[in-house]
Amino acid sequence: MPLLWLITILIILSAVGFIFGRSKAWTLTKDGTVRLHSLPVYYGTNTALKAIIPGVFLVVIWLITQPLIVSNVVSGMIPSDAISAGSSRGLVLSEIRRTADGIDLAISTNVLNDAIIAEGNLETITDALKEAGAVVTSNITETILDAALEHRSLQTAGDVAMSIVAIALTLGGLFWGIREATPDFRARNSVETGVKYLLICASLIAILTTLGIILSLVFNTIEFFRLYPASDFFFGTEWAPSFSGRGGASKLGVLPLIWGTFYISIVALIVAVPIGLFSAIYLSEYASPRVRSIAKPLLEVLAGIPTIVYGLFALLTVGPLLVSVFGEGGVLGVSWQGGGRAVITAGLVMGIMLIPFVSSLSDDIINAVPQSLRDGSYGLGATQSETVKQVILPAALPGIVGAILLAASRAIGETMIVVLGAGAAARLSLNPFEAMTTVTAKIVSQLTGDSDFASPEALVAFALGMTLFVMTLMLNIVALYIVRKYREQYD
Amino acid sequence: MANQNMSKIKRKSLFDADEHTKRRNAAEKRFRWYGIGAISVGLLFLAVLATSIIREGAPAFTQTVVSVEFTLTQEQFDHAEKQLFKTKAYEGHLVSAMVSRLAERNLKVAIDGKVLERLLGKTGATLREFYRANPDQLGNLVKFDLTASSRVDGYFKGRVTRETLQDSRFLMLSDLDVVDALANAGIIKQAFNWNFITGTDSGVDNPGGAGIGASVVGSFFMMLVVLSLSLPIGVAASIYLEEFAPQNWFTDLIEVNISNLAAVPSIVFGILGLAVFIQFMHLPQSAPLVGGLVLTLMTLPTIIISTRAALKAVPPSIRDAALGVGASKMQSVFHHVLPLAMPGILTGTIIGLAQALGETAPLLLIGMVGFVARGYPDGLVAGFADPNSAMPAQIYTWAARADSSFYEKAWGGIIILLAFLLTMNIIAIILRRKFERRW
Repeated sequence: MPLLWLITILIILSAVGFIFGRSKAWTLTKDGTVRLHSLPVYYGTNTALKAIIPGVFLVVIWLITQPLIVSNVVSGMIPSDAISAGSSRGLVLSEIRRTADGIDLAISTNVLNDAIIAEGNLETITDALKEAGAVVTSNITETILDAALEHRSLQTAGDVAMSIVAIALTLGGLFWGIREATPDFRARNSVETGVKYLLICASLIAILTTLGIILSLVFNTIEFFRLYPASDFFFGTEWAPSFSGRGGASKLGVLPLIWGTFYISIVALIVAVPIGLFSAIYLSEYASPRVRSIAKPLLEVLAGIPTIVYGLFALLTVGPLLVSVFGEGGVLGVSWQGGGRAVITAGLVMGIMLIPFVSSLSDDIINAVPQSLRDGSYGLGATQSETVKQVILPAALPGIVGAILLAASRAIGETMIVVLGAGAAARLSLNPFEAMTTVTAKIVSQLTGDSDFASPEALVAFALGMTLFVMTLMLNIVALYIVRKYREQYD
Repeated sequence: MANQNMSKIKRKSLFDADEHTKRRNAAEKRFRWYGIGAISVGLLFLAVLATSIIREGAPAFTQTVVSVEFTLTQEQFDHAEKQLFKTKAYEGHLVSAMVSRLAERNLKVAIDGKVLERLLGKTGATLREFYRANPDQLGNLVKFDLTASSRVDGYFKGRVTRETLQDSRFLMLSDLDVVDALANAGIIKQAFNWNFITGTDSGVDNPGGAGIGASVVGSFFMMLVVLSLSLPIGVAASIYLEEFAPQNWFTDLIEVNISNLAAVPSIVFGILGLAVFIQFMHLPQSAPLVGGLVLTLMTLPTIIISTRAALKAVPPSIRDAALGVGASKMQSVFHHVLPLAMPGILTGTIIGLAQALGETAPLLLIGMVGFVARGYPDGLVAGFADPNSAMPAQIYTWAARADSSFYEKAWGGIIILLAFLLTMNIIAIILRRKFERRW
C-alpha cells in the first residue's frame, strides 16, 4: 500500500519538523538574553503544521483529479468504432480499468510479467488474468489492452510524481518553518490561525456530505432519465423491472412504491401516535417521579434497538402471529392474510419502533408549556384531564404536529423493517393484509451486490433515492421549522 | 315541607357529587387510564420483543454433539488404510463402538453407516485425518466430540418433531429412535456452542457450522474507523461552531446542514457511499474501511450535537477566568473548556458508536451482504481493506436465507449484537454518573 507509506513518511517528516523547530527555539533562548515571543512548543508545532498541511492537501487533491485526467486521456485513445453497439464509452472505460487492475494483480502474484505483455499475445494475457483471479469478462481486444497498458503507465507515473511532489512540498514547509523560528516570530498566533482553519475544515464536512449526497443522486438520476422517460417514472402505475440480460423492457413506475411507503407509514403512525402521545401526557402530567424514572427510560430502550432487530421481529414473530389470527384457519376464522409479510406486519412493528420518538418529543414539548397556563386552568375549576385537553394540548399542538412529522419522516426512510417484513411485490391496493413494497426496499433490491451502474434497472435506485431524499427533506424542514418556532413562543 | 328542604340541602352537600361532577370525575378517571394503558402497551411490546429474542436466540448457543470414546489399534488402522473406501472403514469402527456402548446398557437399535451419515454427516474423513495426524494415539482410548447434523439438532431443540418429520435422505423417522437410544445412553447430548461465537459464516448448506466471530471482527474494524474519524472531526467542528464561529449566513448554513443530516434516512448514506467511495474513488467493495467511512458520515451529526451540548454546559466563568489570566482564546478552549466537557463528549461518542454498530441499511448497499465471511482477516491492513461482513449485515444474511435453521442463528446473532450495545450504553451511563458535574 504505497499511499499508506507516503502518508507515514509525511507524518514522520512533520514530527522531525516539530523536534527541529522546538530545539531551535530552545537554543535561541538558552543564554537567557533573548526573549521568545511564544513558548518553544509553539515553534515546533508551527514547523510541523507548515510541513504536513501542504503535503496532505496536495495528496488529497491529486487523488481526486488524477483518475479524472487519466480516464480523459485514455478515453481519447478509444476510436469510436471500437465501441460496439449497445455499449457506451463509459462501459469500455470501466472494462479498461478492470483490465489494468487485473494486470496489476497478475503481476503482483507473478502470473504475468513484462516480457509476456511485451509479446502482446492476447490469449496468453487473458488466460494469465483469469488465472490471477481478475474479473475479465471476455477476450481482451488490441485496443483495450493498449488502453489498459497506457492507463497503467499513466497511473504509475502519476503516483510517482505525486509522492515526489508531496515529499518536496513537505520538506519545503519544514525548512520554511525552521527558518521562521526567530525570537520575534509570533509562533503562537501562527499556530492558532492554522488550528482555527483546521476547525473550519472539520465543520465543512457537514456541507460536503450534503453536497456529496445531492451530487451523487442528481448525476445518476439524470443518467437514469436519459435511459428512461421521466414521465413514465413519476406517473407509471406498474413496477416490473426485468433483470438485465434477459431482455424485455422494464416498467419502472414509482407510484406503487410511493403508495406502499405511505400506506405502511400511516399504519405505523396509527399505532405510534396514540400510544406515544398518551404515554407522554401520562408521564409528564400524572406520573409520580418514581414511575417516570422507570417508565421513561424503558420506553426509550425501544428507540435504541437496531432496526435489524425489529425487521427480524416482524419477519419471524409478528408476521406468523398475525397470520395465526387473520390468516386461514386462524383464531378469527377469516382468511384475510395470506402470508406473514404484509403492510400490517411492517406497519405494526414500525409503529412500535416509533413510540419512543413520539413520546419523548411530545414529552419535551408538553413540559415546555408554562406552568402558569396550568395554574390558571386549575384556578377556574378545571379537572386535570380537562386542563390537558383544553389548555395544554392546544398550546402544544404545533410542537406535537412537528414531532409527528419527524416520526413520519423516520417511517418513510425506514429500511430494514420493510425489507424483511413488508414483502417484495409492488401493488396499488387498499388491503392492509397484502404484501406491498416501499421505495427503500426497492433501493436495496435494485442495488445490492450490483457494481454495474449502466442499466436503467440499477440507476433507477438513484432516482428512488432522490425521491426519498426530497420527501424526507421537506418533512424535516417543515417539522424542524414548526418545532423551533414553537420553542421560541414560550422561551 | 321541612323534609323536602332537608333532602335538598343534603343533595347540595360538598361531599355529594351531582350528575355533572360525576361525569367529569369519570372522564378524569378514564383519561388517566388511557395514559396508563398506553404506557402498558408500550412496555408490553418491549417485553414481547425481549422474550422472543431470548427464547428464539438461546438455542443458537447450544449444539448437539455425539461424544464417543473408542480405541483404534495399529492393525485396524493399517487394515482401514488398505481398503478401497477408507473412510467407510473408519465409520464402521465408530458404529461398532457406539453399538457396544449401547449394548452395555441393554439398548438395542440398528445402526449402520447410512444412519450414522444422516446423524453426523461424513465422519469417517474426520477420524481418518485425526489418526493420520496423530499416529501416536493409535491403541489409546480417544474421545471424539462430533457435531450432529442440523436436523438432529432441531429434534433436540423442538424445531423437528416426530409428527412433522417426513422421511428423506437427510433424516428418517426411524433415525429418531436411534437418537433417543443414544440420548438415553448419554452418547448424544447438548453442549455449549463455542463455534457460534468464534466461528465464521458457513455456506448456505451448513447452518450448524455458522458462527458470528468473523463479522464481529469486521464490525470492530469498522468501529475503529468510525471512532478515529468521527471523534476528532466531530469535536473540531463543534468547537468551531460553539466557540469561534461568527453569527453569519455561513454558520447558519453549516448548522442547517448538520440538523438535516441527522434526519436523513440511513439508506441515503448508503447510496452516497456507493456512489462516492465505490463508484468514484474505487475503494474495495464490502471492505470495513468503506463501511466505516459511510457510518462516520452518518454518526457525525449525532456526535456534533452532543459535543455542542457538552461545550455549552461548561459555564462562561471558566472561559473568562482563563482569558483573565492571559490565555489566548484557543488556549482557554483547549486547556480548560475541552477537558471539562470531555465526559459529555465521550458519552455522546459512545452512544453514536452504538447507533453505528447496529446500522444495517447502508451496509447492504456497499456490498457487505453478498459476501460470505468465511475466514478471519489476516493482518491489520487486510482487516480494513479485505471484504468482510459486519454483525448486523451477517444477521440480515442469515434471516434472508431460505433454510429456516438459519433463523435461530440470526436470533443468536441479535443477542450478541445487543450484548455489545448494552455494554457500550452501560459504559456511557457510568461515565456520565462518574464525571457529570453540576455547576
